[in-house]
Amino acid sequence: MSESTFTTVLIGVGNPFRSDDAVGRAIVRRLFGRVPLGITLQEESGDGTELLEAWKGTDCAVLVDAVQSGAPPGTIHRFDAHAEKLPTWFSHCSTHAFGVAEAIELARTMGDLPSQLVVYGIEGLDFSAGTELSPEVAKIVPFAANLVLQEILRLSAERAQLSNQHQTKSAS
Amino acid sequence: MNAKSLKVDFLARVEGEGGFRVKVKDHLVTEAKLNIFEPPRFFEAFLRGRSFTEAPDITARICGICPVAYQMSACQAAEDAFGAKPTGAIRELRRLLYCGEWIESHALHIYLLQAPDFLGYEDAIQMAKDHPDAVQRGLRLKKTGNAIMTLLGGREIHPINVRVGGFYKVPAKSQLRTLEDDLEWARDAAVQTTRWVSTFTFPDFQRDYEFVALRHPDEYPLNEGRLVSNKGLDIPISEYEQHFAEEHLQHSNALHSALQERAAYFVGPLARYNLNFDKLSPLSQEAAKQSGLGRECRNPFQGILVRAVETVYACDEALRIISSYDPPDCPAIEVTPRAGTGHGCTEAPRGILYHKYSFDERGLILLAKIVPPTSQNLRIIEEDLTEYVSTRLHLPNDRLQWQCEQAVRNYDPCISCATHLLRVRIERE
Repeated sequence: MSESTFTTVLIGVGNPFRSDDAVGRAIVRRLFGRVPLGITLQEESGDGTELLEAWKGTDCAVLVDAVQSGAPPGTIHRFDAHAEKLPTWFSHCSTHAFGVAEAIELARTMGDLPSQLVVYGIEGLDFSAGTELSPEVAKIVPFAANLVLQEILRLSAERAQLSNQHQTKSAS
Repeated sequence: MNAKSLKVDFLARVEGEGGFRVKVKDHLVTEAKLNIFEPPRFFEAFLRGRSFTEAPDITARICGICPVAYQMSACQAAEDAFGAKPTGAIRELRRLLYCGEWIESHALHIYLLQAPDFLGYEDAIQMAKDHPDAVQRGLRLKKTGNAIMTLLGGREIHPINVRVGGFYKVPAKSQLRTLEDDLEWARDAAVQTTRWVSTFTFPDFQRDYEFVALRHPDEYPLNEGRLVSNKGLDIPISEYEQHFAEEHLQHSNALHSALQERAAYFVGPLARYNLNFDKLSPLSQEAAKQSGLGRECRNPFQGILVRAVETVYACDEALRIISSYDPPDCPAIEVTPRAGTGHGCTEAPRGILYHKYSFDERGLILLAKIVPPTSQNLRIIEEDLTEYVSTRLHLPNDRLQWQCEQAVRNYDPCISCATHLLRVRIERE
């Protein structure tokens, strides 16, 4: 068995032409070059079937998307996809027919969820046509990126530990 | 109870953002409107002043489902203006890329968006509980389309390898051949899809539509052809604006298109099929016959079946192209800009996509016009809703609501080119 058999992916979701909808991608971009080898960073448009592919075969996935729940702009929501269903408002921000929440539920139904899947929702303000984040949302990006980075490092470390324990057991 | 109103603020399982409202009074439908919040006009404005080389990549961003269509129409329009015409392997590779998009888009629509309607499920997630194999088949089919897009386009969404004149880089024959096993599986799966879909129950509904599609003398239309209809239209694409007019209606951000003097027309798989059945491959014609389709189909609810037939065709065509492929000497032909106007029209999965650009002598865009297939189908969808509801007023609101949504989804409306069922409001007086 190779040293590292677990895989981790960080997925930023959004439409870069719908202002704050792209905040998940902005967060992932901020982390380019700041994550250890073995953690894949990926940007997605939010098409659910692409998401199913993006986390397929991974042990651990963190996904960041823009949401519109009515909370103040920049509010950070966190969900453990294994522990709970995403709230219904989660999918409403998607301009795609089959979005994040649908992909998670379909994967759950078919037994295809990664062992760990944490979803961050960043409350957006402006979803109109445009390529800039609103100032209220842009100012949260550095903090949110750091939070997401800490989460993915923690999850990776946990998985590595589990994997090592498994290898030790196999060897003995 | 003589008046009622059906309102869906945000339509589920269509691409983008839209809703519809049907008002009924004294057993008559008084209003059927699709409300669209759509951004292509924004794109037309910011294309001005950009180079012709940027148009394929910028317009591809209008839609995550049919970026290839935007790239192909944009390239064709620029090449038309500059007197360039890619042929041979470059033309074949463009066709192959388009096959990838058709497979991807049709598989998504058939399995995840429309099949739940016919099988009585709220969505594909509920359907997957009882039909996991079908959903897996749909996802794998879609993935096969994605694989073509990734190999040829550089990535699966918003391909980056297309340029005016051809491609930035073309694959080696051995690279294309890696797609063959998956495509052979996909072709069988697509035939299986036609059998599966043919077991659905289709509402008995048809109208006397004017179907409009491209027609090419030698092939089922994807990248090229004349614009024809079943009611006598037969024009080169450069005459599009002399025959089709767009109108802005207050309830919609999308412009509504109409054929001058004849009004609404129907674009998409049903139109292509009815006008080009003879150009389908023998296997796809046979799949159509086996699934109970004749040479002509006027029931929009059977559009799902025609999509399945077109998926067979796209797999078949992709395999044909791959087996006869020899890489071109250059990935693109030389294109020299000059002042002028060019037209492009290709068959997006949902129907004809028209682009027109005027360029200055450096190839900078002075004016852009983009007419996506969905805006061309809006009038037909509203007319369908009016007639469909008029003959089914006896149904309870929830049933009618369901069927109206289904009638809209028949057209696979890509309203992002842009939804979700947020709220349905039914009002009866």
